[in-house]
Amino acid sequence: MTIPFSYILRNVAARRLTTALTAGGMALVVYVFATVLMLAAGLERTLVATGQDDNVVVIRRASQSEVQSGVDRVQAGIVESLPDIAVGRDGQKLISKEPVVLINLPKRDSNKPSNVVIRGVTPNGLVLRPQATLIEGRMFRPGTAEIIAGRSIASGFQGAGVGETLRFASRDWTVVGVFDAGRTGFDSEIWGDAEQMLQAFRRLAFSALVFKLADTERFDAVKKEIESDPRLTLEAKRETRFYADQSAMLSKFISYLGTSISVIFSIGAIIGAMITMYASVASRTAEIGTLRALGFPRTSILVAFLVEALTLGLIGGVVGLVAASFMQALSISTMNFQTFAELAFTFTLTPGIVVASLAFALAMGFIGGFLPAARAARMKIVDALRAA
Amino acid sequence: MFVPLLVIKNAFRHKLRTALTMVGIVVAITAFGLLRTIVDAWYAGANASSSARLVTRSSVSLVFSLPLTYAQKIRQVPGVQSVSWANWFGGVYISERNFFPQFAVDAPTYLDMFPEFILSPDERKAFFTDRMGAIVGRKLAEQYGWKVGDQIPLRGTIYTGTWTFNLRGIYDGADKGTDQSTMFFHWALLNETIKKLYPRRGDQTGVFMVQLRDPAQAAEVSAAIDAMFKNSLAETLTETEKAFQLSFVAMTEAILLAIQAVSFVVIVIIMAVMANTMAMTARERGAEYATLKTLGFSNGFVAMLIFAESIGIALLGGLAGVALTVPLARAFAEQMGSLFPIFFVSEETVLLQLGAAGLVGLIAAAFPAWRTARVSIVDGLRAVG
Repeated sequence: MTIPFSYILRNVAARRLTTALTAGGMALVVYVFATVLMLAAGLERTLVATGQDDNVVVIRRASQSEVQSGVDRVQAGIVESLPDIAVGRDGQKLISKEPVVLINLPKRDSNKPSNVVIRGVTPNGLVLRPQATLIEGRMFRPGTAEIIAGRSIASGFQGAGVGETLRFASRDWTVVGVFDAGRTGFDSEIWGDAEQMLQAFRRLAFSALVFKLADTERFDAVKKEIESDPRLTLEAKRETRFYADQSAMLSKFISYLGTSISVIFSIGAIIGAMITMYASVASRTAEIGTLRALGFPRTSILVAFLVEALTLGLIGGVVGLVAASFMQALSISTMNFQTFAELAFTFTLTPGIVVASLAFALAMGFIGGFLPAARAARMKIVDALRAA
Repeated sequence: MFVPLLVIKNAFRHKLRTALTMVGIVVAITAFGLLRTIVDAWYAGANASSSARLVTRSSVSLVFSLPLTYAQKIRQVPGVQSVSWANWFGGVYISERNFFPQFAVDAPTYLDMFPEFILSPDERKAFFTDRMGAIVGRKLAEQYGWKVGDQIPLRGTIYTGTWTFNLRGIYDGADKGTDQSTMFFHWALLNETIKKLYPRRGDQTGVFMVQLRDPAQAAEVSAAIDAMFKNSLAETLTETEKAFQLSFVAMTEAILLAIQAVSFVVIVIIMAVMANTMAMTARERGAEYATLKTLGFSNGFVAMLIFAESIGIALLGGLAGVALTVPLARAFAEQMGSLFPIFFVSEETVLLQLGAAGLVGLIAAAFPAWRTARVSIVDGLRAVG
């Protein structure tokens, strides 16, 4: 014989203030928990999506990021001659030799400077990155001081909108277009003509080489060939892997910090649930006695109070998730410690996060409700009836 | 004597509930304190900076270096007392996880300019005379168990190859705000090696440190330095050391704001828990409070009882939280190693923690106190808990 669910629901609704406060506390915890997971998921999606699986990035050995790397023209030529590089429609090999530097630009809203990646690209570089499409203005003309800005940069930094000019490397550069790279890391970059960039920054060496594999299965062989060539001091990585590695530290930091904060916060919410459920049990002692006298077994009482606590948790979980889902409209722009450059990413709600958050909320309700429910179930009928 | 006793008796009538509430407050106040301390640690570099020092770097970004010849020119600017220079090395000790900053510096001028790095005269001499020598901060040395005379191998990320340094000294900080997790070695060694590998990149440095005669002249001197190199191949940007440090903080501002927001959320969560406790307590004692009023105690007196109980519980929890924060912060700092070189609980944080606890108690009691004071005696006596 079980206690009807509507009876439990009416108990939850009976004391509105207490229910609201307890569920509200849980909702806040779930909100923080879900937000942090969404942030880590957004960062991961941004950087994983940045790479193409059949593209290979080549940088100087042990240099970790493109900005610290240097690949001179001789070495670039050797890599270019590899037979495994895919050939484009015009018969040219699909390889882009790119200088990558950081420049300091002030943000539009706070006027505070941050580091922005400037990448010199070639026509091939654009073919290698099909996810980038122009959404405003036009492409830069090779051989001129024209640049195009990623969407996040154009909206976030002073002088990076279409028609505006940026001054760096003793030159004024006109922004002629804005490109959308589909919420990838390229959205946080500025692109210009590679040869122009080399001259302007007085560089003799490229920073990185990017090429497309003719056969993606051949990656290991190509990697071995590049890394064992005594003339080359380079290392090769799949583009997907390269960008995932670049965010490893930041995403680890976010998830560690977020998880420890959520765990600490959940202690507060569990205590809140426990206090509420203990009070609920105490104020209904006579009622519990009556239920037992009517023939409801101990397990029904235990289940009823547990379900009441779980309901509180579920209300908190749903409210917290709904609040967190609004965060998807926001985008975060911060410096990636590893590349020392600005990176914009959004909060991303995945089905996994929904499940994890609700499970987290229910777990809080269960832990908070178990001891009080056990106390209710243990009561002796006579004592409980006398307590009234 | 009667009133405090009544409050204490009331507070501990439901021992379990009071204990649970207090544990909640302890956890919340501790978490709040730790989060504030993390935010403080972020600003530590800026707080430790001297107002008498300027930093000159390339106006494009820190990635670009400046020619060493600038040192002579900067020294001639009126108001400049001395010039030194430093270069970020970015080496990896065994694995990427062991991050700590390393700078190649012009040692004699640099150590004179930064008197907060305290080195014994013997170690100082030993460092200056060994061109492969290096010094590290006390905290860093303790973290990796280094002793003077040890060899420290670093794998260069910007400058290729493995670099092995001889540890010639361990410096102490002048106060607990000084960074003791940095390694310094000779810029001359770096320059020699660069010249051999890439002749074109020799005689360059990342930043110049400029000591002012008078801190009040910071604005004019920085403008004079930048004007001197205007329209050159390497234009400069000069700012005070504090502004330079704050520019790093600004780059990660989004994370910082999130941590700050979260530190307030935890207080709101515990406020909900505490308010719930007080609402339940006041509801159960409706008849008692009505009895007190029948005996002639005023509405204000009854409200005061509720406030005193709530604030008392909150402050007791808050004090325990403060007491817990200090050892926890120390344990956290040890775990994080050199990621947060300066990590201690400031007096301001402790005051904020106690303030937050008091506020939680005050707000939690507000609604029940208002309701109890408003309920008429008859209704109160009729109420069943």
